[in-house]
Amino acid sequence: MSARIRVHMALALTMSAAAAGAQEEHQHHEHAQHQAHHASHGDQRTESERAHVPPPPPKYVMRDMSEEEMAEMMGMDDTAPFGMVLFDQFEWRDADAGDTLGWDGRLWYGNDYDKALLKTEGERTDSEYEGSAELLWDHVISRWWSVQAGVAHDFGEGPSRTWAAFGVQGLAPYWFEVEALMYAGEEGRTAANFSAEYEMFLTQRLVLQPKVELSAYGKDDAANGVGSGFSDAELALRLRYEIRREFAPYIGVLWSRKFGETADLARAEGNDADDVQFVAGLRVWF
Amino acid sequence: MSSMPSSRARLPQLSRRSFLQAAGAGLFVLGAPRGAGWAQSHAQTVLTGSHFDLQIGEAPFNFTGNKRVGTVVNGQIPGPLLRWREGDTVTLRVANRLAARSSIHWHGMILPADMDGVPGLSFEGIPSLGEYLYRFKVNQAGTYWYHAHSRFQEQTGLYGPIVIERRGGERFPTERDYVVMLSDWTDIDPERIFAVLKKHSDYYNFRRRTVGEFFADVRKNGWSETVADRRMWGEMRMNPTDMLDVSGYAYTYLMNGVTPTGNWTGLFSRGEKVRLRFINGSSMTFFDVRIPGLKLTVVATDGQDVEPVSVDEFRIGAAETYDVIVEPKDDRAYTIFAQAMDRSGYARGTLSPSPGLEAEIPPLDPRPLLTMGDMGMSHGAHAAGSMKPMDHSQMDHGQMNHGQRNHGQRSHGQRSSGETDPHAAHGSSAQRGAVDHAAMGHGASALHHPSTERTPLQDMQAEQPNIGLNDPGVGLRNNGRRVLTYADLHTIGGPIDRREPAREIELHLTGHMERFVWSFNGQKFSEAKPLKFRLGERLRITLVNDSMMTHPIHLHGMWSEIEDASGHFQVRKHTVNVNPAQKLSYAVTADAPGRWAYHCHLLYHMEAGMFREVHVESGDEGGAGGPGAGHGAHS
Repeated sequence: MSARIRVHMALALTMSAAAAGAQEEHQHHEHAQHQAHHASHGDQRTESERAHVPPPPPKYVMRDMSEEEMAEMMGMDDTAPFGMVLFDQFEWRDADAGDTLGWDGRLWYGNDYDKALLKTEGERTDSEYEGSAELLWDHVISRWWSVQAGVAHDFGEGPSRTWAAFGVQGLAPYWFEVEALMYAGEEGRTAANFSAEYEMFLTQRLVLQPKVELSAYGKDDAANGVGSGFSDAELALRLRYEIRREFAPYIGVLWSRKFGETADLARAEGNDADDVQFVAGLRVWF
Repeated sequence: MSSMPSSRARLPQLSRRSFLQAAGAGLFVLGAPRGAGWAQSHAQTVLTGSHFDLQIGEAPFNFTGNKRVGTVVNGQIPGPLLRWREGDTVTLRVANRLAARSSIHWHGMILPADMDGVPGLSFEGIPSLGEYLYRFKVNQAGTYWYHAHSRFQEQTGLYGPIVIERRGGERFPTERDYVVMLSDWTDIDPERIFAVLKKHSDYYNFRRRTVGEFFADVRKNGWSETVADRRMWGEMRMNPTDMLDVSGYAYTYLMNGVTPTGNWTGLFSRGEKVRLRFINGSSMTFFDVRIPGLKLTVVATDGQDVEPVSVDEFRIGAAETYDVIVEPKDDRAYTIFAQAMDRSGYARGTLSPSPGLEAEIPPLDPRPLLTMGDMGMSHGAHAAGSMKPMDHSQMDHGQMNHGQRNHGQRSHGQRSSGETDPHAAHGSSAQRGAVDHAAMGHGASALHHPSTERTPLQDMQAEQPNIGLNDPGVGLRNNGRRVLTYADLHTIGGPIDRREPAREIELHLTGHMERFVWSFNGQKFSEAKPLKFRLGERLRITLVNDSMMTHPIHLHGMWSEIEDASGHFQVRKHTVNVNPAQKLSYAVTADAPGRWAYHCHLLYHMEAGMFREVHVESGDEGGAGGPGAGHGAHS
């Protein structure tokens, strides 16, 4: 009831406002057209139609500029590259051979579609290093998957091997982070590596991370203790506490087993085909 | 609401260019009365008149116990309240004392494109140590705000309120009038936040579902239902707790630049009407606002007066504004409680009959979970467990007629989407469950995803979008309080243009949570061509949210006139919240020539690509503008 009275009074007020505004705006002919269109509705115009004043065109029109210059000016570049260094594992292992330092790290740099990726993993026992380094190009191909291609280099006690690497990396259903790579090396050598890991949140900061890793080779490489076929499996369970998301000490257990000829080679050297190690380390990224 | 203008808000009538520290502090911010040594070091000021000198600079702040440098206007966070008068031409000389390029955008103002303040589109920005003269006629009234449109300067403090006095006085006069500006302060360098989100998008989420919760759910809902629920989310590789990308872990939520401990306080005398002009000046936060013990009468949104509607609570998206009137009947303090949508923190202040009083601070609501309905999926057997039974307590029968309110005024152009019954989707549906049913019946078959959505940088598509405006959104459904929805908002005075939109542009809100990429139609800003509007045309923009996040979408330069599910004018806004998997339409009159920004107002989403240029030009190329021209177009 009183609302209706208020609206009427408001109408009267805004009408006068609109009239004043209209005078100034009519100088621009586009708007004159627009106003004329509205005017054709005569008295039926809504309160809002009467009150609304379209803006005049800009006096200053932006010059043409390149996309790069525009992105710079806007402070908005959705193609910008980012980079990350992650040491998923940097740990002490109580191996049979004595205290061992193990690592598994990666560094990437790139944009949403393409990244350069440097991966390295390995361990050091008694100042002997054994491990691998891979330099890969990572290109996203679907919602959850990217392809990777590049070179890999294995180093250690035996002769080092260099490979061409190709594979996929991604997030499988149920949040499994999966990597599967194939390798082709000199003298017709081939190899394959598969890993999957998962994160279980015991609390918001206490995270249990199971990880499984499988390797296979196409050809014997006795000098490196490798026989053809399915060669070894590793199952790890690491429990970390994220003091900060990027800084998490952990403890864990690592079970590994060699198979087939690879196991025979290990036994011939006087080592076990099975091994269980306790680990303690630090997961860091930045 | 009783009598007319003369009893208008008890505001100091300030002279031109006055720079009123003391009175201003009373109006905008009362400061931090007690125990808040670090809360607030500056008194907030009010600037009135038609000429304004603003200086963008840096100043030290200490909101959290750590000293940080903020980006300020005239030394303050928020910047000074600018009070304009409808009909005035305002001149604003903005000097930039930063080492970097800067800018100020007048959010929600209808003004010439070169005054809009978006570097790269409107102008070249304000160079370091340079200045820019903004000058435009103010042809609107209400509550608005200003903020930087340069990189992350808004996040670091460059924002402030604008209040435009309505010519002839407020439609809903009150005895008191306060701005309540909400924002999210962080001690962390926003460049780092952005980089962290790109590397580890879950970084700030400390409310994930745990193993313990799995077993609790098994006890409550049974093994098979719990496993089915986890399987569903696992298959999608989505997280139902992903509500806000940046949480209270990084943010300290401010009310008028004051921390919750600082307790911003607005004074009232019992029986007075108090107008609270809520502005969400945050970069990444949706707030759910309520004042326990008081009904909130919403009288305006985004500066536009609406038919008063009384609610207990409302959600305010980044860049939205809501004017509410409260009438405290008791001589006691009331807490203004604004909890972040993910319940990771809150902004808080007090309405009090005298300084220094406090009321109880309510506990944060339980952490909300997204449902299958929020993912645009049918709530089949799997999702049943996560859908709470519908509670009709929030159903507002009084609204039922509103769907028909404009019938007499406009043609009944039916939309192509097949929603033919003007009453079905609006009046008869309650909050949520019914929305889904409506979507199942209609929306699904008509939905078309643009081919550009076949990108690896998009992680989901809504199969069955939710239509209708009456869903209060995740975390607010069936909470026992009367929660505002867009279906409750009816702009007084009708649309600014009664023409039926002659064409439709459908845009999908898209992104990838894990990779932290955001886009329209699967295309980032850098990958998309500008949207073309023909000068003078009335068009319809239909947004389909193909993501699980809520996005506040802001079109510069022109109003977004939201339509109800049957195509009738509902409410005029400058920033439109679109819920996960929601389909929503608004009409736009392209009467503002020039180049304009169109984007998600979550700052890091915008920076990640959720931005388009809109080009309004006379329709010389192929087809005249104006009524009748053009066809539905997917763009």
